[in-house]
Amino acid sequence: MRFLYHFGKYYQLVGKSFSKPEKVSIYYRRALKEIELLGINSLGIVALISVFIGAVITMQTAYNIENPFIPDYLIGLTARDTMLLEFSTTMIALILAGKVGSSISSEIGTMRVTEQIDALEIMGVNSASYLILPKIIANVFFFPLLAILSMVIGVFGGWLACILLDVISPEDYITGIRYAFIPYYIYYSCVKMVFYAFIISTVPAYHGYYVEGGSLEVGKASTRSVVYCSILILSVDVVLTQLLLS
Amino acid sequence: MIEVKDVVMAFGDKTVLNHVSTAFDRGKTNLVIGRSGSGKTVLLKSIVGLVQVTSGEIWYDGALFNKMDFAGQKEIRKQIGMIFQGSALFDSLNVQQNVMFPLDMFTTMSTNEKLERVNFCLCRVSLENVNQLMPAELSGGMKKRVAIARAIAMNPKYLLCDEPNSGLDPQTSIIIDNLIKEITEEYDITTIINTHDMNSVLEIGEKITFIYEGRIEWEGTKDEILNSQNQYVDNFVFASGMGKKIKNMMV
Repeated sequence: MRFLYHFGKYYQLVGKSFSKPEKVSIYYRRALKEIELLGINSLGIVALISVFIGAVITMQTAYNIENPFIPDYLIGLTARDTMLLEFSTTMIALILAGKVGSSISSEIGTMRVTEQIDALEIMGVNSASYLILPKIIANVFFFPLLAILSMVIGVFGGWLACILLDVISPEDYITGIRYAFIPYYIYYSCVKMVFYAFIISTVPAYHGYYVEGGSLEVGKASTRSVVYCSILILSVDVVLTQLLLS
Repeated sequence: MIEVKDVVMAFGDKTVLNHVSTAFDRGKTNLVIGRSGSGKTVLLKSIVGLVQVTSGEIWYDGALFNKMDFAGQKEIRKQIGMIFQGSALFDSLNVQQNVMFPLDMFTTMSTNEKLERVNFCLCRVSLENVNQLMPAELSGGMKKRVAIARAIAMNPKYLLCDEPNSGLDPQTSIIIDNLIKEITEEYDITTIINTHDMNSVLEIGEKITFIYEGRIEWEGTKDEILNSQNQYVDNFVFASGMGKKIKNMMV
């Protein structure tokens, strides 16, 4: 029953968020600002994690499948597909749930406990739409770009491992990442990332929007939102993989 | 004029407002006083529709507010300026953007016109050269002034204040109180102030409503409150040891 109660409330909040904006130009400006705050400011961490994970995947694959019957270029192929299919979407989404999700939850939660949301409502502004819709738009548009960036940098990280640590020859690695490339995987990853972006925008927003109490509750809501986001991301991953790849 | 008719507000088993009926006059500073937890803030939130009353009616100049649809309430709310206990300035916007916010959202004024209006409102609350400061850089009193400037930016017909001088020193409190009174008279608006500050009551209380445990226990003016025969009002007004001495001297 408790789940249904929260799901209903979440559904209503999302519905309220998608109502007609008071002034489109203000929402447009806010969406651009959110792209900067939530998306562009995440470029660094996404790039850093991707380059290291790309390198580590390449190294671990190389060390674990040392076999004369398996050609070296398959290490490049494995690194590429791991990045494309799972790491650059699901793992990056989990990281963004921590960074962006907690930020959204604490921002909206703080606005709630300091009566800023009440102030918006009294002015006649649809607070849910004003606060949440630009975040949804920003994340849904920008997170797929982050995923693509992560793929590129991750594959580059694998190549760096080949160059610097001599795991396999760079030529074999390049052959591997070009071998049997399926462009659909990019599309699949972007579709997944759009769903994840929606979850990362709305679930923390829900937890922040309905927070009651003070700073302690805002902190708890932030933590809770990251946990729920992570569970939802992994659940949606299973469903979308079955739907899109089976 | 804002009228509250037979309003009941209950959260589960707990009745916070118990058949409250009163009227808040235009052009006057109407004060709602009472102990912490007596239901003042809930009454104010009910009046602006932030919480839905269990039963009863809230009227704004003849319009039944709490039975209106969202669009109707939104139109009334555009005529309300509200000052919150913690000022509720938007943290991410500077002073100018805070005051300009309602103008940005609901008017088609040009940037220059909006800027002119912002500067006028800030000047009205005796704040100048603070346009680019962020709320975190302001003192408590300055935050309240910015909140007042934002509240009057749209020329409201109703001004609601929830403990506007909480956390302020007595001198700044009086300045804020007098500012609200001046604005009320100048623009002929209906002002409701929630407070438990006796200085405010005696300074600007043109009409005072005393709430005790969710019901209206007493109504009168600042002159009448000192001579009230109501025990609850008496206990509230002369709560301190000094107050009791003064009361005895008066007797």
